[in-house]
Amino acid sequence: MKYLLKLFLTGQSETSRRAVENLKTILETHLSDQYELDIVDTLDDPESATADGIIATPTLIKDLPPPLRKVIGDFSDSEKVLFGLGLVALDEDQETTDT
Amino acid sequence: MANQPIKSKIVKLETKIDGFDHISIGGLPKGRTTLLSGTAGSAKTVFAIQFLVEGIRANGSGGVFVTFEESPPDIKLNTEGFGWEISEWEIEGKFAFVDASPQIGVETIVSGEYDFGALIARVEHAVKKTQATRVSLDSLSAIFNQFKDDQIVRRELFRLVGALKTLGVTSIITAERTQEYGAIGRYGVEEFVADNVIILRNVLEDEKRRRTMEILKYRGTSHQKGEWPFTIMPDKGIVVIPLSAIELGQKSSNIRISSGVSELDEMCGGGFFRDSVILVSGATGTGKTLMSTHFIAGGTAKMERCLLFAFEESREQLFRNANGWGVDFEKMENDGVLKVEARYPETANLEDHLLNIQRVIDEFKPMRVAVDSLSALERVSTIKGFREFVIGLTSFIKHREITGFLTSTTTSLMGGTSITEGHISTITDSIILLRYVEMYGEMQRGVTILKMRGSMHDKSIRQFSIDGKGMHVGKTFRNVVGILAGNPQHVDNNEEIQRMDGLFSDDK
Repeated sequence: MKYLLKLFLTGQSETSRRAVENLKTILETHLSDQYELDIVDTLDDPESATADGIIATPTLIKDLPPPLRKVIGDFSDSEKVLFGLGLVALDEDQETTDT
Repeated sequence: MANQPIKSKIVKLETKIDGFDHISIGGLPKGRTTLLSGTAGSAKTVFAIQFLVEGIRANGSGGVFVTFEESPPDIKLNTEGFGWEISEWEIEGKFAFVDASPQIGVETIVSGEYDFGALIARVEHAVKKTQATRVSLDSLSAIFNQFKDDQIVRRELFRLVGALKTLGVTSIITAERTQEYGAIGRYGVEEFVADNVIILRNVLEDEKRRRTMEILKYRGTSHQKGEWPFTIMPDKGIVVIPLSAIELGQKSSNIRISSGVSELDEMCGGGFFRDSVILVSGATGTGKTLMSTHFIAGGTAKMERCLLFAFEESREQLFRNANGWGVDFEKMENDGVLKVEARYPETANLEDHLLNIQRVIDEFKPMRVAVDSLSALERVSTIKGFREFVIGLTSFIKHREITGFLTSTTTSLMGGTSITEGHISTITDSIILLRYVEMYGEMQRGVTILKMRGSMHDKSIRQFSIDGKGMHVGKTFRNVVGILAGNPQHVDNNEEIQRMDGLFSDDK
């Protein structure tokens, strides 16, 4: 099953560049070619940002597989990104709720 | 020329929100952001939307509403009752929402640094699309709740406000506070975000709600100080009541008009002044309604339009009373020279009563207005609210350059003062007192002119009687002292002279 992902950025900022770099590393490592990534610059396409209710940038949206999730930030914390993608469960909290 | 300071003059944008432009001396600072702070339920959102609505209505200038809290459909639903056609304006491209409300059911995970670039881009886009000159953001507190990193939120809010400035729009940001009096906002940054701060209050006082608005800070420009009451009208939204901000620029006229009772005109030195406010005070049954009736009959006899606001008696009672004194209110109404508005004080709060009185005066355009009684309205208000009402009413009447005739019922039968008098006596031009006087086992009535601004007047206390033709003023009470104090005592002349002598004796 392919991951459908959308990344919202604002302009060619340093944060934007870092976010793309961090995200690509994570995706290549964990999903190799099992994903489609659509990059949207909110300056060029504010309507798309409106449609998806984006406030903060960078924002990654996982459209598929469900559930729909958003990860905001420059993706420097790869654990959180992997949790957002549903590739790992998130540490203790997750387990304690199960027991 | 080089050492001339650069003087950036702050221009104001008329909001067209009723009364607000008056207390803010011209509106909101143009091209700037104003913080609107208030507790839950203080009408911040209504103000924020109305600001946009009035802009569209006044000159078709576009408006953008950025919501961090309620969803656009909810906002439209909640404000539908005001008759604001937001959906239509959206279609016409005059109104746009930027929906930044939390998305239900979408989990958001934070991984590292972020900014509000998308939000700013969306706001800029919406402003350009609608050619907006006005933007409202509602509310700061909600965005702090949505994004947990206060430091980032603060930094990004400054950027957002900066972007609004660059766009040249006039904007409002709402912020929630937890107390009516205390810190401006919850996050300690609110007042630094904007140059201007307005506070909305909804205070519970004596079990009555009172809404007020205060402009706390307008950087670099002037505004009226203090709290101003406002109300929310079902078909209009917020209406600020400017009260004493109404300039007393009225010309004092020397034209005398008849009180409707010739003896009383004589006592006043020739009648009331055209643009004066007269207060009549007395216990129940002393003849205040009778004097209002004479005052009206005196006007209609000269074909002057008269308006009577009654808060104590029904129309039927008033008409019957008038008939009993030989005055036909019904005929006057049919002739179009009289309008009687009878209302029960409890039907509305005081702010709404004031607005209604002002509206009726402006519609009917009378030469004379009588309010019988003003003190009945004390019941529905706090002391402070009542004082503001009295000031608002009297200044409005003077502003219209008409004659105002107000009655006030004293709480004790034999005299004394009421709260009304304390608040109003310095504002009114003339004060007439009506009192019961016990004379040889019989109740008589007395009238005196306590004050008549700008004119000589009779200082005696005159006895008067009431019959089928109304009021008849008779002789001066002699041998009685203490009438005004509500404690009449008979004295023989010698005693009174001795008493007077005593007042000026040196060895006290």
